[in-house]
Amino acid sequence: MTRVERAAPRRGGKRSGPPEPEFVQLLTPEGERVSHPDYSVDFTDDELRGLYRDLVTVRKLDAEATALQRQGELGIWASLLGQEAAQVGSGRALRTQDMAFPTYREHGVLYCRNIDPIMPLGLFRGVDQGGWDPVANRFNTYTIVIGAQTLHATGYAMGVAKDGKVGDDDETSEAVIAYFGDGATSQGDVNESFIFSSVYNAPIVFFCQNNQYAISEPLERQTRIPLYQRAAGFGFPGIRVDGNDVLATYAVTRAALDNARHGQGPTLIEAYTYRMGAHTTSDDPTRYRVASEVEAWQAKDPIVRMRLLLEKQGLADEAFFKAVDEQARVEAVKLRERVLSMPDPDPVTMFDHVYPNGSPLVDKQRAEFETYHASFEGSH
Amino acid sequence: METLTLGKALNLGLRRAMEDDPKVLIMGEDVGKLGGVFRITDGLQKDFGDERVIDTPLAEAGIVGTAIGLALRGYRPVVEIQFDGFVYPAYDQIVCQVAKFHYRSKGKVKLPMVIRIPFGGGIGAVEHHSESPEAYFSHTAGLKVVACSNPSDAYWMIQQAIASDDPIIFFEPKRRYWEKGEVDTAATLSGAYPLHSSRVARSGTDATLLAYGPMVRTCLDAATAAAEDGRNLEVIDMRSLSPLDMAPVFDSVRKTGRAVVVHEAAGNVGLGAEISARITEECFYSLEAPVLRVTGYDIPYPASRMEEEFLPDLDRVLDAVDRSFGF
Repeated sequence: MTRVERAAPRRGGKRSGPPEPEFVQLLTPEGERVSHPDYSVDFTDDELRGLYRDLVTVRKLDAEATALQRQGELGIWASLLGQEAAQVGSGRALRTQDMAFPTYREHGVLYCRNIDPIMPLGLFRGVDQGGWDPVANRFNTYTIVIGAQTLHATGYAMGVAKDGKVGDDDETSEAVIAYFGDGATSQGDVNESFIFSSVYNAPIVFFCQNNQYAISEPLERQTRIPLYQRAAGFGFPGIRVDGNDVLATYAVTRAALDNARHGQGPTLIEAYTYRMGAHTTSDDPTRYRVASEVEAWQAKDPIVRMRLLLEKQGLADEAFFKAVDEQARVEAVKLRERVLSMPDPDPVTMFDHVYPNGSPLVDKQRAEFETYHASFEGSH
Repeated sequence: METLTLGKALNLGLRRAMEDDPKVLIMGEDVGKLGGVFRITDGLQKDFGDERVIDTPLAEAGIVGTAIGLALRGYRPVVEIQFDGFVYPAYDQIVCQVAKFHYRSKGKVKLPMVIRIPFGGGIGAVEHHSESPEAYFSHTAGLKVVACSNPSDAYWMIQQAIASDDPIIFFEPKRRYWEKGEVDTAATLSGAYPLHSSRVARSGTDATLLAYGPMVRTCLDAATAAAEDGRNLEVIDMRSLSPLDMAPVFDSVRKTGRAVVVHEAAGNVGLGAEISARITEECFYSLEAPVLRVTGYDIPYPASRMEEEFLPDLDRVLDAVDRSFGF
């Protein structure tokens, strides 16, 4: 894992964007399978078609959520557009027993954990703050404070090691993955999580989706060296992967997770990608980036290259692609219907779950709240 | 009954909690081999191993943040913040995460954590080693906040806090670590005085002194001195700062008609303001005088050669009692 080399010379394609960084790539934007000396992975035809289906579905559900926000049904939405491969590749690389700590944008990882995609919509609609069981779902509640979850992931991984769940058996040994973005790498919490995980040799993978922007601030405001190289200073391997290449992302993440579960400690993965949309639906990216940059990344689209691969290798025909689109459309419609039917919460439930053991102060205020509202009954 | 210092009582309480539950962990800076800068965790790593008594990197946000992850995993971490003034790097993790995980998950996550903070002044220390940050945490929903004042409470309250599923900020009066008292270590935890209850520490009839942590001793001494002047003061040890247990306070003030709240922390927007407001709301017609406060001044904690004048002491407490009787 120490050698990170350009997999193969780029063939054809557009050259209008910035120079490509060195990263692990197994599938070019033109849909060519390329090899890498350290990362080879064999996918069955079904797996390749499955990854394509994931990418398309995740994008469709994300677009539906954006539309729901535009129609006033969600308060805000943090779109993953452009980052589907980074999320599907890493999400599918997780083994069942692994634990993920997302930010608020990991809808694709959530989908690949076979979790009901409705789960985070309550948060964005404003009916709850998440409300799911992190441990039962092997997927923590969305964390909105930038980078805070990396420490929770590290502590959880320290607990995995204490429980004796680090070992050679891939079916029972556990690993943890912490998601964060390029902006988060400037946070103290993230740097502290690197230190803690390193000195305790915790079974964790730090998965940084470098989507080039922290809201409006470009990468050069966060770092003067490639982010993956930061790992060296903390004493564990760092590697950059083409985050728009679902195959490479899968391969690199699976290897890092297995290294972690086998007792080899943390890895930092920098998934080099691009946020095609806005930071959230409240953002206007035209104020801080130019159209030509977005177009250059459009040419590296993660879904197009998978489709090209499937076509070139004769693994899928037009009927398959149509069926995938139709299935995604049906899922999106279902999601929309469920969002629209989400009831507004009874306001008195805002007093619930403040403390496991309750609090006389909260109880008193709940009672006062109910009395106050009861005083209006019959008056209108 | 054993005669123990407050520090030793905490040490024995931690030991007993670790014996009772293998999921209890101790984390912090220098808590292992050294036994903590105040020796509160003395000998625990030797007996329970470095997997359970964990010397951490010097990063308070990291300590609290990883403790959250360990709690998610099913452990019960007891975090030591070395000094009050060092808790602020962890403030975000405590306020945004420790306090809110249970709420965010609609009750599906419990974080049974204890964050121990030696607090208060009076030990001649340099800057950042003498502060009283309890109001910051008491203001935050989702946290419970307690302060012990004597060896017996120290022994039982630390065990109760560890056994509780609520996240608890546990304030220890560092200048009282060496004070001795009787502790019934043969008693059972279930029979201990409730963690979130205030307690009458001295019965009296003429005025009520309200304090917690290091100021309970100061108020008891003031009451002893006042008795020589013929004034019979009641002293209530608040013990729980969030939630406050006000019922015994209301009973007392209805009886005495006068109340003085005492704490080391600055007065502006402090616990004394909240306690005073609650008394006024509940006991307005019983009050013979406004509720008065004796607190640290609203300045940064001063250099230690001046701290005796900064900290409320027996004379300032008695002066406030005099003023109360002047109305």
